[in-house]
Amino acid sequence: MALSVTDLRVYYQTLRGEVKALDGVTFSVADGEIMGLAGESGSGKSTLAKSLIRLDGRMRHAGGTVELDGRTLPIADDRAMDEFRFREVSLIPQYSMSALNPTRKIGKMVGELLAARGVPGGTAELERRLELVGLSKDVLGRYPIELSGGMKQRVVMVVSTLLNPSLLIADEVTSALDVSSQKAVATTLLGFRDHGLVTSMMVVTHDISLVYQIADTILVMYAGRLAEKAPAEVLVTAPRHPYTRQLVSALPEVGVRYEDRRLAGIPGNPPSLLNPPGGCRFRDRCPVAFEQCAEQPPFAEVAPGHLVACWKAE
Amino acid sequence: MRRYFGRKLLVYGLTFFVAVTVNWMIPRFMPGDPVQSMLSRANVAQPAAVEAMRAHYTAMFGFDLPLWRQYLNFWGSLLRGDLGISIWLFPTPVTDVIVRAVPYTLGLLIPSILLSWVAGNRFGAFAARRKWLDNTVLPLGYVLTATPYMWLAILLAWAFGIIAGIFPVAGAYGYDLQPSWSGEFLGSLAQHWFLPFASLFLVAFGGWAIGMRNMIIYELEADYVNYLRALGAPMRLVRRYAFRNAILPQVTGLALQLGVLVAGALVTEIVFSYPGLGHLILQAIQNQDFFLLQGTFLFVVVGVLIANFVIDIAYVLVDPRTRTGMGGTA
Ligand SMILES: Nc1ncnc2c1ncn2[C@@H]1O[C@H](COP(=O)(O)OP(=O)(O)OP(=O)(O)O)[C@@H](O)[C@H]1O
Ligand code: SF4
Ligand SMILES: [Mg+2]
Repeated sequence: MALSVTDLRVYYQTLRGEVKALDGVTFSVADGEIMGLAGESGSGKSTLAKSLIRLDGRMRHAGGTVELDGRTLPIADDRAMDEFRFREVSLIPQYSMSALNPTRKIGKMVGELLAARGVPGGTAELERRLELVGLSKDVLGRYPIELSGGMKQRVVMVVSTLLNPSLLIADEVTSALDVSSQKAVATTLLGFRDHGLVTSMMVVTHDISLVYQIADTILVMYAGRLAEKAPAEVLVTAPRHPYTRQLVSALPEVGVRYEDRRLAGIPGNPPSLLNPPGGCRFRDRCPVAFEQCAEQPPFAEVAPGHLVACWKAE
Repeated sequence: MRRYFGRKLLVYGLTFFVAVTVNWMIPRFMPGDPVQSMLSRANVAQPAAVEAMRAHYTAMFGFDLPLWRQYLNFWGSLLRGDLGISIWLFPTPVTDVIVRAVPYTLGLLIPSILLSWVAGNRFGAFAARRKWLDNTVLPLGYVLTATPYMWLAILLAWAFGIIAGIFPVAGAYGYDLQPSWSGEFLGSLAQHWFLPFASLFLVAFGGWAIGMRNMIIYELEADYVNYLRALGAPMRLVRRYAFRNAILPQVTGLALQLGVLVAGALVTEIVFSYPGLGHLILQAIQNQDFFLLQGTFLFVVVGVLIANFVIDIAYVLVDPRTRTGMGGTA
C-alpha cells in the first residue's frame, strides 16, 4: 500500500473559528494507482493535497495519520517533512506558470535545489527527462520568462518528478489550459507512471471527464469528508452515492468542466465548515434522505474497491 | 540592448538640454540685478566711476548681447567648462568655487547613500524574519523616514552638538586649523563630518529598511517560494532567492530617491554650515550670485543624471527580466 490515510483532520484557523476543511478522512492509494480526486469547489480537495506535502501557515493538523510506504509522514512538523518532500512526496502545483524563480536560469535553479537537498549531479538525467516531455536541454540555459506557458508547465512536471517520488500530487494542473494542452498534460502524467518515474499519483481536478481517461480510481469529496471511491469506470457508470450520481448525470463531454453545470438539479449549498452539522453533510440537499441520515454514515466498502459514505448505498 | 541604451541616452540628453535651458533662464528672468549688486558691494561714490564699472561688468557677463546670443554663448562656455565668474568670491571662476565644494558634498553623500542602502536592506531583510524586531524597531524606521532631513539634522545638532557638546556643529574642520594630512586635521575633519553624515544616513536607512522588509515578506509569499518549500528546499536557499529578487525594486528605488537624497544633503549642509554645494547655494542666494547659483544647480542636475544612468545600467545587469525584455537573448 503506497499511501494510507487514516481519520485525517486538518483545520484552518480563522478569526471566526476553525474551518473543518478536512474532517476525518480515511482512504488508501495502492502502488501504481492513479487516483482522481473530485468534488465541487470548497469540498477540501486542495486541503487534502496540501496536507500530504506541506501545511500552510493557517492549517492545523487536528488528528489522524498519513503513512507512505509504511512510514508515517510527520505532516505537522514542517522541518521533519522536508526529508520526505521531493524524494517521497512531490507536487505539481496549480501555479506552474509562476512556480520558477524568475531571476534564475532554470538549469541553475534546479542545480541549486538539488544541491540544497543533497542530491549530487543529476544533469544528464535532467536532460533525458526533458527530452521525454519534448523539451530540448537548451531550456536549462534560459530564464522562465523566455519559455511559453506550456513549456514552463512541462519543466515543472519534470522537476517535480526528478527524484522518482513514491507519491505525486497534481492539483488542478489542467484547469488553466486549453483542451489540447489538457490532454497533453494528462498523457504526460500517465507516462510518468508507466515509465515508473512515480509510483502512485493523486490528480486533483474539477473535470471528472478528463481525469476519467487517466485515473484508475476516483475519489469524490463533499464538504470536508469523503463521499465515494471506486474504480473510475464504476464511479462514472454505476455511482452509488446520491451526490456522485448528480455529478455524473451532469457529466458533459470531455473538456467541459462539470462545475459549469454542476448540481443544476440540487437546490441549496454545502454546509458551512465553520460549524458543520452532525450526520451526513449532504443531508440538506439529498433527494433520498431519511431519519438515519442524522447520524454520520461510515465510509464503507460495498463492493471490492468501492467505498461509499451513505446509508442508502447497499 | 543597444536600442534600450539608445533610448535611455536620448531621454537623459533631453533632460540635460531642458535643465540647462531652464537654468539659463532663471537668473535672467528673476528680479534682482547682479551687476547692481556688484556695484553696491564695491561701494563707490562717484557716479562716473559707477557707470564705468557697470559697463565693464555688463560686457564681462555678456548682458549687452541679444538673448539668443547669450543663450548660445552660455552653451559654448558651458561646453568649455566655463560657468562664469562668481560675484560672491569675485573674481574666482564659478568652476573653481564648485570644485572646491564638491569633495565635501560627495564625502557626505556617497557614504551615506551607499551605507544606508546596504545596511537598510540587510536590516530590513533581517527584521522580516524576526517578529520581535519587526514589532519594535520597525515603527522607529517609519518615524525615521517620515522625518524631514532638516528636522533630524537640527535635532542631532542640538542634542549632540549643543547639549552634549560631543560634536562640533559648524564647518568642515576647526577654524584654527589649516588643511593638511596631519592627524589633528583629519580628526577634526571626521568630527565635523559625523553629524551631517549621521542625519543623512538615518533618514535614508529607515526608508530602505522598511522597503526591504515589505519586499521580502511579499517575496516569501510568491509562488516560486511555495514551490521550493513544497520540494523541501531549505529556508537558506529560499531566503537567498527572496533577498535577491527583493533587492531589484530597491535598486530602482535608489534611482528614484537619488534626487531626494541629494536635496536632503544640500539642506543638511546648510544646517551644519558644511562647506559643500548646499552651502554654496545658500551663499549664492544671499549674495545674489547668479552665476554661482546657476553653476551649482547645473552641477547637481548633471551629477544626479549621471548617477541615475549608472543605476539604470546596473539594474539591467542584475535583472534578467529587463535583459530578455529587450529582445537581447530571447
Ligand atoms: N486559508 C484558509 N483559511 C480559511 N479557510 C480556508 C482556507 N483555505 C481554504 N479554506 C476553506 O476550506 C475549505 C476547503 O478548501 P479547499 O481549497 O481545500 O477546497 P477545494 O476543494 O480545493 O476547492 P477548489 O475546487 O475551489 O480548489 C473551503 O470551505 C474553504 O473555504
Ligand atoms: S446518508 Fe442519507 S443524506 Fe447522506 S447521501 Fe446517503 S441518503 Fe443522502
Ligand atoms: Mg483547490
